[in-house]
Amino acid sequence: MAESYVEHEVSHPALQHHFENLEQQREAGTLGMWVFLVTEIMFFGGMFLAYTLYRSKFPAAFAIASNHLDIKLGAINTAVLIFSSFTMAMAVYNTQVGKRRAQIISLVLTIVLGLGFLGIKAVEYYQKYEDHLIPGSLIPGNPFNPDPHEMHLTPGGSMQHVQMFYWIYFAMTGMHALHMIIGVGLLSFLLYFSVKGRYSPEYHNPVEVIGLYWHFVDIVWIFLFPLLYLLGRHTGGH
Amino acid sequence: MSEHIVPVKVYISIFLALMVGTAVTVLAAFQNFPGALNVIVAMTIAVVKATLVVLYFMHVRYSARLIWVIVASALFWMGILFALTFSDYWTRCWLGCT
Repeated sequence: MAESYVEHEVSHPALQHHFENLEQQREAGTLGMWVFLVTEIMFFGGMFLAYTLYRSKFPAAFAIASNHLDIKLGAINTAVLIFSSFTMAMAVYNTQVGKRRAQIISLVLTIVLGLGFLGIKAVEYYQKYEDHLIPGSLIPGNPFNPDPHEMHLTPGGSMQHVQMFYWIYFAMTGMHALHMIIGVGLLSFLLYFSVKGRYSPEYHNPVEVIGLYWHFVDIVWIFLFPLLYLLGRHTGGH
Repeated sequence: MSEHIVPVKVYISIFLALMVGTAVTVLAAFQNFPGALNVIVAMTIAVVKATLVVLYFMHVRYSARLIWVIVASALFWMGILFALTFSDYWTRCWLGCT
């Protein structure tokens, strides 16, 4: 114990007084972020549950509705997000080894890729708006009213069930996009303090925990992409 | 326990594996597999990709046991959420539906 008191006297300026040392502070921060992510998993879990339930009830309508999503843009966005996860991991790595220039470049790339994802998502949303696929009357003057021929609705398929797919689609991708927007905000905060030189191999917990959050958002999309975009392709989607 | 620094080579390998997984899941979606095999293939690939992200990008493989317990608890409660809900929906007609 005597040794750790000596450590305190020359402690790092970022060390909070209620922690024994930076190691303990870092592990406590990481643990806290993981507990938050568990609540996030349960939050998205509820929506995945609703998706599973309604898909099992209305499989034909869900396949038809899903086939109307833009698979190319969805796949490109998946690649963009995985690449941004990689650059985020590199931002953590470069901070750990003290390469400040590479750390800043990695963060800038992650922000650019995150914004790119949101831009592509906005293009997709606009296409859905033009095709009158925004569910209910969320957009005044443009209620849910797709062309039945364009949807290739088979006899017995219900447009109400197609609309149910789009409620779930917009709820899940919308919440995911909101998490992306918050993530880009957090990354901008990291970038600002990185440029100021706050993070070092000794102290970089904010980079680490925001990285965990960013990877979590990536994982949500890894499940959303096949569930929303690919579920009916084998039935002759295009 | 000191911090483990994951080598760049590992990050690049995981990144490439995730990209290949994305390509495979798109290709597999266009094949007409029998029964429920399409969704099983898609979900297996997604679970493998998510596991790679959790273990390597999120460093869980090199993390303390306590982190493993936290991650496992999330999966456990997700299991309860799905199991209890579907035990209701799947058995609703066992006593006859009107």
